[in-house]
Amino acid sequence: MTDSPLDPVDRRIVLATQAGLPLVERPYHAIAEAVGIPASEVMERLARMQRTGLIRRIGAVPDHYALGYAFNGMTVWDVADDDIAEAGARVAALPFVSHCYQRPRLLPDWPYCLFAMVHARDAGAAHALVAEIAAALGPLSRGHRVLFSTRILKKTGLRLAG
Amino acid sequence: MIDDTDRLIINQMQGDFPLTERPFAVVAATLGLDEADLITRLERLLADGVLSRFGPMFDAERLGGHTTLAAMAVPAERVDEVAAAVNAFPEVAHNYLRDHTLSMWFVISAESPARVAEVLTEVQAATGLPVHDMPKLCEFRLHLRLEA
Repeated sequence: MTDSPLDPVDRRIVLATQAGLPLVERPYHAIAEAVGIPASEVMERLARMQRTGLIRRIGAVPDHYALGYAFNGMTVWDVADDDIAEAGARVAALPFVSHCYQRPRLLPDWPYCLFAMVHARDAGAAHALVAEIAAALGPLSRGHRVLFSTRILKKTGLRLAG
Repeated sequence: MIDDTDRLIINQMQGDFPLTERPFAVVAATLGLDEADLITRLERLLADGVLSRFGPMFDAERLGGHTTLAAMAVPAERVDEVAAAVNAFPEVAHNYLRDHTLSMWFVISAESPARVAEVLTEVQAATGLPVHDMPKLCEFRLHLRLEA
């Protein structure tokens, strides 16, 4: 076990909100009651967690498929080790890319080390996004593949165990 | 299934939810809705699965979580059986089938790096298939917003 970066009160706030905020007029008061601290402290602590990056954002999380984004492509790119920082910066600048990470290659069959996720409502739109990434990378890309998801086998949120 | 008001709500509420006493009233005012209508619509969007959540999005790693992406080449005739074995691990959060020889891609999340490594080994033992560990080495972008 690593040390948790959370103090016990923050941890209780995380546990009380990770499934979602209560949909009531005063949601932070409802959390405050559950956690046993004043509502003002709940808001202050949430604001601090946002400032420090522990909370990425507070809001609605739409389901891709429910909004018609049926084409969810994991694009993977073969980029030289020396070019990864530049290639990552170029892909990160594209507004439609939801995630962009460097991951290990699996040589010899899988030379791809830069992963970027794209989401589209039809195959044509998805391929147009892939072409935009290819254009942004230019000669930095030595090859790429797009792996579309064909079935969701499991999807649960990442949860902190109580 | 969703109307223009729902679309407005989805597009405008993917971040910056106010930390104030009556946050739904504040947002409703900026969207030209009333508080009760906004809350009712959010309830319905969640119940219908249009929204998977409404609330804070935590950085799992900063909460002390450790994750990796694992990939397996699963023969087509073994997909259901292997998926059942993989999904049986509570540490497996997401699992997607993709159109490639490396066909099964799943995220393992646990409270220690040691447990992540154990799950990789245990999945391999349970399925008899090699499991490739493809952890994130560098994050260039994470921006989960969708236009409704």
